[in-house]
Amino acid sequence: MGKRVGIEVSIAIADAVKLARADVIAAYPITPQTHIVEHLSEIVANGELDAEFITVESEHAAMSCCCGSSAAGARTYTATSSQGLALMSEILYHPGPMRLPIVMTVANRALAAPISIWNDHQDIMAQRDIGWIQTFAENGQEAVDLTLHAFRVAEDRKVSLPMIVNIDGFTLSHVIEPIVIPDQEEVDAYLPAFKPRVRLDVKKPVTMGPVGIPEVYTEAKMAHNEAIKASKRVILQGWKEFAEIFGREYNPVETYRSEDAEVLLVTMGSISETAMSAVDAMRDKGASVGLVRIRLWRPFPGPEFRKAAGKASVLAVIDRCLPPGAVCGPVGAELRSLFYKMPGAPKIFSFVAGLGGRDVTVERFEEIVDKARAYAKKRPTELYEVIGVREI
Amino acid sequence: MAQIDAIVGWKDLPFGCHVYEPGSTAKFRTGDWRSQRPVLDKEKCIKCGMCWVFCPDMCYSQTEEGYFEANMEYCKGCGICAHECPKDAITMVPEED
Ligand code: SF4
Ligand code: SF4
Repeated sequence: MGKRVGIEVSIAIADAVKLARADVIAAYPITPQTHIVEHLSEIVANGELDAEFITVESEHAAMSCCCGSSAAGARTYTATSSQGLALMSEILYHPGPMRLPIVMTVANRALAAPISIWNDHQDIMAQRDIGWIQTFAENGQEAVDLTLHAFRVAEDRKVSLPMIVNIDGFTLSHVIEPIVIPDQEEVDAYLPAFKPRVRLDVKKPVTMGPVGIPEVYTEAKMAHNEAIKASKRVILQGWKEFAEIFGREYNPVETYRSEDAEVLLVTMGSISETAMSAVDAMRDKGASVGLVRIRLWRPFPGPEFRKAAGKASVLAVIDRCLPPGAVCGPVGAELRSLFYKMPGAPKIFSFVAGLGGRDVTVERFEEIVDKARAYAKKRPTELYEVIGVREI
Repeated sequence: MAQIDAIVGWKDLPFGCHVYEPGSTAKFRTGDWRSQRPVLDKEKCIKCGMCWVFCPDMCYSQTEEGYFEANMEYCKGCGICAHECPKDAITMVPEED
């Protein structure tokens, strides 16, 4: 049945990777991911996990090692943050089309400049289109559960794609929470051994990652994109089996008091917990407000989101990323595209908040909802608004 | 453009674009990228094989008389052989058509 313990989320994620019986971990420490890989290196060093822990010289090397080890048929894990994810960037685009099911935790953190070790989603949004399946965890339990789910889905032969579990840096990574750590038998029942469709084998030579001349490049991109889209079936199946074994249910999109809500906040990650408190506070005052939280970011669960948004007339979308010079934040842009010209589509207002560790408080959520309501009556002059920025 | 023996639709691409046949690059005849070709002056050639060693495309093979001959189906016209030849026996001449 697992055991509920008070544990730092990073340590719990490392324990989940151990329970998943990872074969190879190649990682470079970076704040706020450090505790995850630090603990994994201890677990490997003291013989609790029979794995190869490769202490690489950079994140570029970490991801390169991961590609090689996954290609060789090893269950492969890494974790990073921010500048480390940026340094991986060149290699991040390879495992998707090459169908290498690496699992990675990204402890989300702002990007320099100015240098910031604190939490937002700019690191992952800069890597949005690397072609990995991506989920966002709300709390420590979910971070553990999504890690196990990631191995289950990524390595499924029908999927065979790399997968990222995003956890908010510090707000999740460094917080001690009550978390149910599953039993080894349960995890073994959930997660079969990795049996890759193809592996590097001297007896059966194979070239992975060859050049794609103009006559095949488009087709290769199409094949990868279709694989990402088709992975949703297995993602859902993976959550269904998870619920059967571990008793915790997960969906691509979650709602909170959204029935009949006129205004819906839209969030990703750990700020959703504060958003729920804000919804409660506003509901207490009689406001018709609810919350929709996106858990599965890639492939984007369009139909599930539309269903979750229901009949709400206003969406207040919160992006923890400010893409300079863009029309609005990435989540806002995604949802505007999703609902474009759909009959009965809600009015969508885009807000940027919580950059570089700035707290998004209950009051801020209330401010966002008030603004979205006002904009629904009188169109704003800008396509998005940065919340909580000091003007003077 | 390069000649490819198998142009397929996206559904028929091998999984992950992997290539299962060793040495299949031989099917890609890269010779038509060439803008100039190496021409050998047999008078000067001492049959040392430096051109064979340095050609990055492994175009050269030795003839029965011992000279080295570049395969124009693969030669990209890079000029490395001409540059490396100790006897200046190779001249790069522009492809006219
Ligand atoms: S390098 Fe020059 S001299 Fe030597 S074999 Fe080739 S052409 Fe002849
Ligand atoms: S020009 Fe370049 S490709 Fe052609 S034969 Fe010489 S070295 Fe080889």
